[in-house]
Amino acid sequence: MDETKNVTAVERPLWPTEETSEGSQELFERSKTSPEELGREVGAVLRLPEGPIIDPTQIDIERSDDETMIINMGPQHPSTHGVLRLMLELDGEVVLRTKPIIGYLHTGMEKQAEDLAFIQGSTNVTRMDYLAPLYQELAFSLATEALLGVEIPARATYIRMLMTELNRISSHLMWMATNGMDMGSTSMMIYGFREREMILSFFEKTTGVRMNHNYIRPGGVAADLPDGWEDDVEVICNTVETRSYEYDQLLTGQTIFRQRMEGIGNLTAEEALALSVTGPLLRSTGVPWDLRRTMPYCAYDAVDFDVIVGTYGDNFDRYSIRLNEIRESVKIVRQLLAAMPRGDYRVQNAKVTPPPRGRIDQSMEALIHHFKVFTEGFTVPEGEVYVAVESPRGELGCYIASDGGSKPYRLHMRGPSFVNLQALPLLMRGGLLSDAVAVISSVDPVMGEVDR
Amino acid sequence: MTSVITPPAALAPYPSIDGVGVATIAFVPRSEFHPVVAALKADGFEMAADLCAVDYLTFPTRALPEGVVGERFEVVLNLLSMSKRQRVRLRVQVPAADPVVDSLYDLYPGTEAMEREAFDLLGVRFAGHPDLSRILLPEEWEGHPLRKDYGIGRVPVQFKSTPGPR
Repeated sequence: MDETKNVTAVERPLWPTEETSEGSQELFERSKTSPEELGREVGAVLRLPEGPIIDPTQIDIERSDDETMIINMGPQHPSTHGVLRLMLELDGEVVLRTKPIIGYLHTGMEKQAEDLAFIQGSTNVTRMDYLAPLYQELAFSLATEALLGVEIPARATYIRMLMTELNRISSHLMWMATNGMDMGSTSMMIYGFREREMILSFFEKTTGVRMNHNYIRPGGVAADLPDGWEDDVEVICNTVETRSYEYDQLLTGQTIFRQRMEGIGNLTAEEALALSVTGPLLRSTGVPWDLRRTMPYCAYDAVDFDVIVGTYGDNFDRYSIRLNEIRESVKIVRQLLAAMPRGDYRVQNAKVTPPPRGRIDQSMEALIHHFKVFTEGFTVPEGEVYVAVESPRGELGCYIASDGGSKPYRLHMRGPSFVNLQALPLLMRGGLLSDAVAVISSVDPVMGEVDR
Repeated sequence: MTSVITPPAALAPYPSIDGVGVATIAFVPRSEFHPVVAALKADGFEMAADLCAVDYLTFPTRALPEGVVGERFEVVLNLLSMSKRQRVRLRVQVPAADPVVDSLYDLYPGTEAMEREAFDLLGVRFAGHPDLSRILLPEEWEGHPLRKDYGIGRVPVQFKSTPGPR
């Protein structure tokens, strides 16, 4: 059909077409694929000193198309955790090549961020990883505060840590639930959602909404913790901890579950580092890299917790890491509960923080500040910064370039799932098609963050 | 932790600025980008944490050190050394007339998707990339949306063979 027929109001801009056409994103037969690309798809790029080095020119390009089959999985597939589309080259039941095709959830959030003031920015970024929304807000707020040079009160830092650790628990519980579902354990799905619901109820009480909170903002948090929050958090900690041992009984010792998880989707530390993989995927290979420990932000150098690492880099390691990270997070939350300092929950800097509602009626200056903050926002000094936090999926980075105005000149989020997805072809290679679902699940991609 | 971070020796000849945060920020000419990154990799920077591009079309007066001529595009690479617990940020100036940078794919295969994203959204090309196709947008999309001269709301959203009104 005529592509230009929708364009009526303005003239279609003349883009140099050779610049924007770079060919298809799909997976093709070997005879139609260049040796370099084929080499990438079979993992030849990982020229590891000890591993088998595959010469791209030695790959069987001439392999007849009759022997292999290219099938499409997704984007509308219940086990792809959203709208992930995979193209798989199969030899019988064995997966030879995999290509993840993403972008089905792309909504241009980085572009939108350039048109939203810093005070509105956390509303935008929180919608990226919808299972761990508070982490996006945290990374964005830390980056903005670094540019502003604002020091936030201790209570705000501790509230942020408390909320994000609870968020880590809820995100990992969601993963346990969907992973159980992918493995055929419907009861785990129900249990995971049940416990997560408890945490989301607490979030609703504190922030007003179950997801996409816009709670952590530049300068602190939006509101203080509600009355009686200690009891709520105590109940959450006790329940989640007790039930995490019930999951052990349900899954960890179960023969079928273990057989489907152990030795599937193997990854080595060298491969993980070369592919920039972070989070539980990296730790499952034995690399003890957790930004909370190795490059502490907030007040993570003041709390005691263990970094969980695996040995074999397989699906079961990643399952164990996430299960034990739930317990470690409970440990951190208990310490934060005991150590929560008193004081203000946001910085008292009228240029950054809007004044309390009550003061607006009494003070002309407060009214002016309120008006300024909510109409044009606060200005952030010129500069650029990269801040990384450890989200449940890995290193979540926020790069902000500011031109000295009230909106970010450029905002870039380094989504951990986006980068981790690159390991998928490697994890799938040589495995069975029936394990593909297990491998996708163990990577734990959240498509909102992948596509942004 | 307040320890003073020693910048890597490979970055000594290049101008740098004191930025916000803990990373060392260096400005590397486009022609020397790949060898410098190779030297940094040999120096213990195991991971390319992030790669993105910025279009400075409407902000050409940004702060740059002596001797660096600001171009329209900037490719920003964040390297991470786990052994030294250190970050390095390289900023490479890329002219609008010839927006091509060497791909780091042979050094860090993990930059593959990030380079595709930078190409897709900003139109910076990476020489030596095995499959520089669009990654987030549909393959027949025209233009690069994160460029500052890409009109927001001016171009109707394009979808593949949308059925017309009945």
